[in-house]
Amino acid sequence: MDILIQQVVSGLATGGIYASLALALVMIYQATDVVNFAQGELAMFATYICWSLINAGLPYWVAFLSTLAIAFVGGVVIERVVIRPVENAPILSIVMVTLGLLVICNSVAGWIWTYLQKPFPSPFSANPIKVGNVVFGAHDLGEIEVTMLVLLCIYLFFRFTPLGLAMRAAAHNPVSSRLVGIRVGWMLALGWGLAAVFGAVAGMMVAPVLTLEPNLMGGVQIYAFAAATLGGFTSPGGAVLGGFIVGVVENLVGTYVSFIGTELKFTVALAMIIVVLLVRPTGLFGTTVVKRV
Amino acid sequence: MSIARLPRVAGLLALLLAACALPLMLSNFRLFQFSQVYIYAIAILGLNMLTGYNGQFSLGHGAFYAIGAYVSAIMMDRWNISYGWTIPVAGVLCLIVGFLFGLPALRLEGLYLALATFSLALAVPQILKYFEHWTGGSQGIVLSKPNAPFGLPLNPDQWLYFVTLSVLVLLFWLGANLLRGRVGRAIVAIRDNHIAAEAMGVNTALYKSLVFGVSAAYTGVAGALSACVIAYVAPDSFNVFLSVTLLIGSVIGGLASISGAVFGALFIQFVPNWAQDISKAAPWAIFGVFLIGFMYLMPFGIAGAIRLLWIRATRSRVQQKERSVVPSQAHTTT
Repeated sequence: MDILIQQVVSGLATGGIYASLALALVMIYQATDVVNFAQGELAMFATYICWSLINAGLPYWVAFLSTLAIAFVGGVVIERVVIRPVENAPILSIVMVTLGLLVICNSVAGWIWTYLQKPFPSPFSANPIKVGNVVFGAHDLGEIEVTMLVLLCIYLFFRFTPLGLAMRAAAHNPVSSRLVGIRVGWMLALGWGLAAVFGAVAGMMVAPVLTLEPNLMGGVQIYAFAAATLGGFTSPGGAVLGGFIVGVVENLVGTYVSFIGTELKFTVALAMIIVVLLVRPTGLFGTTVVKRV
Repeated sequence: MSIARLPRVAGLLALLLAACALPLMLSNFRLFQFSQVYIYAIAILGLNMLTGYNGQFSLGHGAFYAIGAYVSAIMMDRWNISYGWTIPVAGVLCLIVGFLFGLPALRLEGLYLALATFSLALAVPQILKYFEHWTGGSQGIVLSKPNAPFGLPLNPDQWLYFVTLSVLVLLFWLGANLLRGRVGRAIVAIRDNHIAAEAMGVNTALYKSLVFGVSAAYTGVAGALSACVIAYVAPDSFNVFLSVTLLIGSVIGGLASISGAVFGALFIQFVPNWAQDISKAAPWAIFGVFLIGFMYLMPFGIAGAIRLLWIRATRSRVQQKERSVVPSQAHTTT
């Protein structure tokens, strides 16, 4: 029982990371109908920037916040420069462009910072926290806290600020939004910026666990895909919940189903994605988009 | 054969002759690279059928390439079967696997299919490592290159070059016939408007999964050839970047184009080679830049650009002829 609780908590911790990245994917998908295959690599890049800042002598949380700011600006710039020209192109072109971004980020990171693994500091104490017989990693609990905080902020932002409302409107109905004076193009760019921020949070939280290297986010991204698919690409809340579910399931399956272990982890994610797509393609909380023919 | 097709056929024959003459001029290593180009071209043609002609995404064709390579390697290594037999077996097996994967893919459109195939590509190296008993785990399987039969005066690299070349010619001929005929029109119709296609009596479900199967079979044959030519298979050479490479090749060569597959293969084989001199990371950065650049500037790839230039050139020639004819007529009438 103790092991179960422990595994569930550490599942929730990784689930938080998946949830952040899944939320980033869903935000972009809702606003622009694009699945950003480069989301994970952008997050990896941001994490490297944070690493450089910390190495330059900045305290952790200062580096953390400045990385978020840089990621935001980076996301906005990428939307403006790279994505905007293909906004109305067929899906294939957009997917290609995001794949291009993926390989560029990956190789440029390898170019600048080399492919050697680098240790990444954790802001939380190394001592485990003991409750009764159950031992929790401090980093795990810290991860959950940070993810929750980010989610709370984003919820408040979208629910209670005029800018959040404008962004929701632009994603929901671009034409009418433009008629009431919302600058839809800029709202989409802001969406990319926010998505980059979530990705950066996920990257900086996962890096202490996996150690930093250019392929850091490959596995995380596939789980984020699974999370977003499970929760539904059209539902941010669903994607977050999906992230936590995927994290817990991944951990429990790895612990209790002996033939899977850690070696077939990606296969579990693949199976999840395919099963969800076959049984309920819109995900748990997604809505079917009805198209007029 | 109509006269209009003569120049094209003559050009193809000249190209084939040039390809046959290459072993006389090039070192074994260069020949090996060209064999790789042909192998990539076969795989890219397979991907083109699916993504370019039928409009179904696949970011996971590396998986079928891996299946082909491993089927061939396991048959050669464990059962001592001649390499020649392993290639069609790999093709047929991939046809079946592709068809079966195509069935659930019927329900997935656009981005969702891209997601499913992308995760397939990510999962393949792990699955290969898992079945260690068959695949040799992360060590892979080491094979030996076959010698030329009938006492032909060719070394193994030259012989394999001719094998890949003949498989390439055969598969391209088959593919061209498939895509230019009735079936090909049905495939394209599904891409352009699947509802209209269905209304015209095209069995979309059957065709879509069939195309998936055929496309996987082409890629599987390419994988089996690569196992013969490289004489080594290992799980990590079939990672997600292989799938992305194939996709890059098909986009840069030109989607929905048969000749585009060759241009794409040349690109993905030779561009990384000279980019490697700059930095280990440079090939992928250049791939990425080219990919995005092509999407903006030449969405129909190299083959599309050549077609456009050709049309422009021939059209202006016709116009010049007309121009030179018309005044002279005007002269005689007045």
